[in-house]
Amino acid sequence: MKNNLKFLVLFLSSALIFISCSNDDSAVNEEEVITTVKVTLTGGGQIITLESRDLDGDGPNAPVVTVSGPLAGNTMYTGSTIFLNELENPTEDITIEVEEEGYEHQVFYQLMSSLGTLTYTDTDENGNPIGLSFTLTTGNTAGTGNLTVTLRHKPNKTASGVASGDITNAGGSTDAEVSFPIQVNVN
Amino acid sequence: MRTIQLLFFFLFSTVIWSQYSIDGIITDENGLPLKGAHVHIASKTTSTLPNGAFLLEKIPGRKQRLYISFIGYQAIDTVVIVNQNLTFNYQMVLDITKLNEVALTQLKKTNSTSVVEEQVSTKILEQYSNQTLGDALKEVVGVSILKTGSTIVKPVINGLHSSRIPIINNNVRLEDQQWGTEHAPNFDVNAAGKITVIKGASALQYGGDAIGGLVLIESEVVKKDTLFGKTIANFSSNGRGGSISSSVQKGNRLGWNWNMIGTLKYLGDRETPDYILSNTGNREQNFSGSAQYNTENYSIGGMYSFYNAQIGILQAAHIGNVTDLYNAITNQHPFVVAPFTYGIDSPKQEVQHHLGKLNFKKWLSDTAVLDMQYAFQFNNRLEYDVRRNSENRKASLDLQLATHTLLVDYKKTFDHWQLKTGANLGYQNNFANPQTGVRPLIPSYQKIDLGTYAIGTYNIDNSMVLEGGLRYDFSTIEATKYYLKSRWKERGYDAEFSHFIVGEKGNQWLTKPKFDYHNLTGNLGFRKQFHHELEWFSNVSLASRNPNPSELFSDGLHHSTGQVELGDLRLEREQSFKFSNTMKKDWKKTDLSITPFINRIANFIYLQPIGFETTIRGAFPVWEFKQTEALLTGIDVNFNWDITQAFSYKTNFAYVNGENLTENQPLIDMPPVNWSQKLVYSNPKWYDFAASLQSEWVFRQTRFPDYNFETNIVVNNELEPVIVDISSSPAGYHLLHLYGEMTFNFGENNKITTAVFIQNLTNTAYRDYLNRQRFYADEMGRNIQLQIKYNF
Repeated sequence: MKNNLKFLVLFLSSALIFISCSNDDSAVNEEEVITTVKVTLTGGGQIITLESRDLDGDGPNAPVVTVSGPLAGNTMYTGSTIFLNELENPTEDITIEVEEEGYEHQVFYQLMSSLGTLTYTDTDENGNPIGLSFTLTTGNTAGTGNLTVTLRHKPNKTASGVASGDITNAGGSTDAEVSFPIQVNVN
Repeated sequence: MRTIQLLFFFLFSTVIWSQYSIDGIITDENGLPLKGAHVHIASKTTSTLPNGAFLLEKIPGRKQRLYISFIGYQAIDTVVIVNQNLTFNYQMVLDITKLNEVALTQLKKTNSTSVVEEQVSTKILEQYSNQTLGDALKEVVGVSILKTGSTIVKPVINGLHSSRIPIINNNVRLEDQQWGTEHAPNFDVNAAGKITVIKGASALQYGGDAIGGLVLIESEVVKKDTLFGKTIANFSSNGRGGSISSSVQKGNRLGWNWNMIGTLKYLGDRETPDYILSNTGNREQNFSGSAQYNTENYSIGGMYSFYNAQIGILQAAHIGNVTDLYNAITNQHPFVVAPFTYGIDSPKQEVQHHLGKLNFKKWLSDTAVLDMQYAFQFNNRLEYDVRRNSENRKASLDLQLATHTLLVDYKKTFDHWQLKTGANLGYQNNFANPQTGVRPLIPSYQKIDLGTYAIGTYNIDNSMVLEGGLRYDFSTIEATKYYLKSRWKERGYDAEFSHFIVGEKGNQWLTKPKFDYHNLTGNLGFRKQFHHELEWFSNVSLASRNPNPSELFSDGLHHSTGQVELGDLRLEREQSFKFSNTMKKDWKKTDLSITPFINRIANFIYLQPIGFETTIRGAFPVWEFKQTEALLTGIDVNFNWDITQAFSYKTNFAYVNGENLTENQPLIDMPPVNWSQKLVYSNPKWYDFAASLQSEWVFRQTRFPDYNFETNIVVNNELEPVIVDISSSPAGYHLLHLYGEMTFNFGENNKITTAVFIQNLTNTAYRDYLNRQRFYADEMGRNIQLQIKYNF
């Protein structure tokens, strides 16, 4: 019986040796989050901003979309898009990362052709568009619709239509996708 | 008329056959009578009386297998020709090395008295040496598989899986984060000597929460004083790789015995009939070893096993948002199909599992045995996602789960009954590494478990055994978790759980949710043997399962599946009441077993798609853990027929009907009807040639709930509402598998077996309802597997 007891003690003590608590209450510093997509359109003497902000990241709250005003018809706007993580302090500008790894990213813009057409004005190291800067030429009819901005990671940049901004064959995975309500006024 | 004649022939043929009785006296190594030795012939069993005598009556006259065993003695396993009344007197030979095995068999016998156990033989396990535990378990009637792609395979028993099916590896409950549907059991199928499936929660000594069932894995047992080993090498055409597994065993009646096994696996991308499944390669490097020292009245042993796997996740299954999901479902073709490669890129999983144990067994008397065991497990799961910044090679999920368990079991045999009782103490610590830069789906937590049980088995007479058991478990879990304030509010936790909040950081609450559970479980059953080889097993069991950390705490985007998964702190424990019966009937050349069951589960926890949530990345489908009243009913049928000396036939049929009683609709993710048949031909004269053709029908699951939802996606450059069909089941399918093997002997102890195993012979393209990736790609096409096994 004494022997058994010895074994039991051995067992229990070996169990205790192994028990080690690694309690780390530190919060995760979320690196993957994009909180803000901001499109700036400059043209016709106007600066129009379209912004989508989601300060709880992947949380339940939907992004807050604001558009500063209507676009004018028959006007060419110079456009640029930035991506931010405003949860970081100071705010992290993800655009820099997208630009540096331009060959792995592309921004797509989807808009009804009657409202306007977009043309890329930047290129990555392989000569393919990234889509951070572009021009938007509005149509000559008034109307409303949505401008959908999509940031794709690892798209197939050589697939048919992708270089001219057609997302259909792009593939890859979506890092950001927001739709802005657009109004085009014709004077 | 002929039919009626035939019917009569069948009805009476079993009666007409001559029947004999067999008796004898079993003695121990000193020639003294052995009481309680197990004698088994045909399907009759008995135990010897205090004078060592046994009598078995009405044994059909033909070649029969006679099996006599007693704990601590070498079993007698022989074939006898029964053509008259026979007497067998045997003196058993002591076999200390068998103590372990017999103990396990006894223990299993105890808990499965009223439930039929299904076993997966070494032969089947070897056939699946190159695949997974789940693939091998599928051979058991009533077991289907839940897959994520081709390589992550989980067993489903009678419609239930994951936390509802504890896997017991050499008496240690595997703690490998089994809560996730895309977390496969961290176990090398080559390390199993024998696998037993118990459907239901009747094996109370392993826990009271096996609502679905139990998978018991045992190592190969070394029976005599010997040294032997085997090496199995496999090559698979699909995946263009293979595996090699080698084992050595040293057996000893007394003193030291040990074994070692190592496995390496290396496979590249799998293929469907039409395209490559990009990034579906996998690797495994596994090792396990054990050593044991035996004396006449005690044994002490230790074991260590290491499982190390790298598993690629189908590239096309990595979706960004609901638009990608909609496109995948609509296109029915994966978005990414790259040329074949062995490389594994993100998304991928890297999993390591260490298991170490020490055990001590002491024979207190001839009829009582005490068992003590300490086990330590450490499981590290790394999940890598496609990151926005490709330079960032960090894992997106890094969970480190450490589990300690201490078991004490005591068993005592009395005249007509047997008592088994014991207790367990467990401590578990999960650490969710915050360095990943991604909010972890499972938080850090600590858990303490305490349990105790008692099981009694009473032999009323030689033909009827009663069993009953009770178990009490206490469990307490405390997590440390950051909740986004917006999520905390959206879940409505403030009213009930504000006392869990211990701190605040920016837009997050630091919380320490703590839950205690007291569970009382039990089971009651009997086994009755009638004449004419008819047996009836009946069992009712009450099981309780506490919600697992994934069900309680998940909140947020599950990156590898592209869906938001929401746990619920309000979830209560699941309670199941299962009633199952098995009728087993042996005829001369055929046997039939029918197992209908009914499983009523209160607070059944399941993951239900509830719609979508919009983030800056677009909309994501949201799956929420919900609780409902569920009723599972079903039937498993197994039929075997020895057609001739050379040909045999085997068929399995399984049906399960899952009903969500609260919502009055079918339960999600229930396995469809499946029916498999196997025709086997064997010819021992021709180098032990054996071949089999297997047909596998899986019907369409027609009973599924409609959880489709509407969302806006961009069509023709403008937003448009569409229905995302995540509910519909894929079409049924039929597969053929062909297997053939031959064995060549070299000398006394050396032999080489070569085998060819062709799965999906007709190269059928299909999708399976129970594959989490069924939205994205087809299942694997034809796979030709070549195997060489060398026994030495």
